[in-house]
Amino acid sequence: MAKTAPTDDHSEGMDHFDSRARRILTLWLPLACFVFVLLFPFYWMAITAIKPNYQLTDYENYSPFWVVEPTLRHIRYLLFETTYPAWMWNTIVVSVVSTALALVASVFAAYAIERLRFRGARMTGLLIFLAYLVPPSILFIPLAVIVFQVGIFDSKLALILTYPTFLIPFCTWLLMGYFRSIPYELEESALVDGATRWQILTKIVLPLSVPGLISAGIFAFTLSWNEFIYALTFISSSENKTVPVGVLTELVRGDIYEWGALMSGALLGSLPVVILYSFFVDYYVSSMTGAVKE
Amino acid sequence: MAHDEAAAVPVPRRPALRRFLESRNGLGLLFMLPAAVFLLCFLTYPLGLGVWLGFTDTKIGRTGVFVGLENYAWLFDDPVFWLSVFNTLIYTVVASIAKFALGLWLALLLNRNLPMKKFFRAVILLPWVVPTVLSAMAFWWIFDSQFSIISWVLMKWGVISQPINFLGDPWTARWSVIAANVWRGIPFVAISLLAGLQTIPQSLNEAAAIDGATRWQMFTKVTLPLLTPIIAVVMTFSVLFTFTDFQLIYVLTRGGPVNATHLMATLSFQRAIPGGQLGEGAAIAVAMIPFLLAAILFSFFGLQRRRWQQGND
Repeated sequence: MAKTAPTDDHSEGMDHFDSRARRILTLWLPLACFVFVLLFPFYWMAITAIKPNYQLTDYENYSPFWVVEPTLRHIRYLLFETTYPAWMWNTIVVSVVSTALALVASVFAAYAIERLRFRGARMTGLLIFLAYLVPPSILFIPLAVIVFQVGIFDSKLALILTYPTFLIPFCTWLLMGYFRSIPYELEESALVDGATRWQILTKIVLPLSVPGLISAGIFAFTLSWNEFIYALTFISSSENKTVPVGVLTELVRGDIYEWGALMSGALLGSLPVVILYSFFVDYYVSSMTGAVKE
Repeated sequence: MAHDEAAAVPVPRRPALRRFLESRNGLGLLFMLPAAVFLLCFLTYPLGLGVWLGFTDTKIGRTGVFVGLENYAWLFDDPVFWLSVFNTLIYTVVASIAKFALGLWLALLLNRNLPMKKFFRAVILLPWVVPTVLSAMAFWWIFDSQFSIISWVLMKWGVISQPINFLGDPWTARWSVIAANVWRGIPFVAISLLAGLQTIPQSLNEAAAIDGATRWQMFTKVTLPLLTPIIAVVMTFSVLFTFTDFQLIYVLTRGGPVNATHLMATLSFQRAIPGGQLGEGAAIAVAMIPFLLAAILFSFFGLQRRRWQQGND
């Protein structure tokens, strides 16, 4: 990763050749369009979540882009009259536990591949990369059969055990990149001082790769939070569902869409990852680009 | 072993287990164990089981027997299956091209000298962070047949006279789901390509400018060739995830109207889980593998080329 680190020079490049008008037309106008289109669905989601029902579809008397008497009715309905809190709790438990499992397994695997370099380490690294490319949509049917046979169908355990299949390849791949950037000399001098491999891993390599661990952790957490097809297939009872599945399958009743409740459900379900994201933007960016670059 | 005995004072040998754990291969094996167990049990084995299920007539609640290529023969004569293949290809090709073009444009904009660069980058990545299902529900509401905000604005401006039936008509439904997919995919492409753009030194473009190159020439002759390797990787990922997409379609149309937006992944789910035909569903999923392999090979050669360009080998 060090090789391709962003140059990040703050020189102005050749932008000062541009006239102000040209700059507005070629830079600010398209950028404004992009930002508007990318953010509008969230605005629409948020404004719908707090609109009273009588304004929701009455575009003639109330401007659809604004809300006059914001209400928390939809959110209160979600929290106290549906199983939404249980879905939230399930999603948190599943995401945290599967992320933790994946991280532990990935740290060992990445260290073994990158630094122990056992026979076949390169090949293993390549296989891990290929595993990252196997999509859940071709695995969910056989996994459903396995989950059923093992007897963990319709339980959180089914998700906790299957989510690491897409988390481990990603985290391992990312951590391999981080471990590679740690100088060999540090480990060598520790070996000379009589440290065991375990001490090297816990006292030298892990403290140095904290940013990598944070990147991998929050990214894995987000991936598990977003997961849908496994949760949809392996969970059948309402109280075991995760937020994305619960909102979609339980809040839609017949043909009457309660848009207020649906949008509050979507909004509340997005908040945890968005808050996490707002604290760790740079880590997200580095894990996203790191996975692509390495 | 001969030289061991030749030594004057034999060094006491450590126990075999310890020796094993201190060797590269032994410790490597031990460290690989947790990840390997997970991946073998829940990735490799299901992959094989999926291929096997495709050759059986397994139904939910009933173990199937081997039926050879019957599922595939059945699918071969199934117009809905071919429609889903057609839809998947259209969806993947159109959405990927749009994501690439718009994502590259956005990356180029963000790579210019502009204030609050970090803020823009953070905002633009947002659609990618929010769970697909939840943002797709916002699109579901935006694409509502009666109360769509897009229809309302267009009617206000006098462009159309009645609401657009976004998800009810085959072709508008296809364009609508593609639009939603592009919306979600742009951030990934843009931010990844931006990281690639930042590795290209400004001085190269400045040198080209001194040599009299136009903006367009600088873009096609300097920026694009240097960016090609990263484009190859990013687009492989993008194609792969678009091709196997499930969530967006499941939320917006569930494959309707009249199977017009069924992708192979959603059809596979439809047949296997609500329909109970696990064998047939697995066969549809297996039919996706050749396409995925093509994408992976493409990625592999993209990576190779990059290594060669950097002069590592």
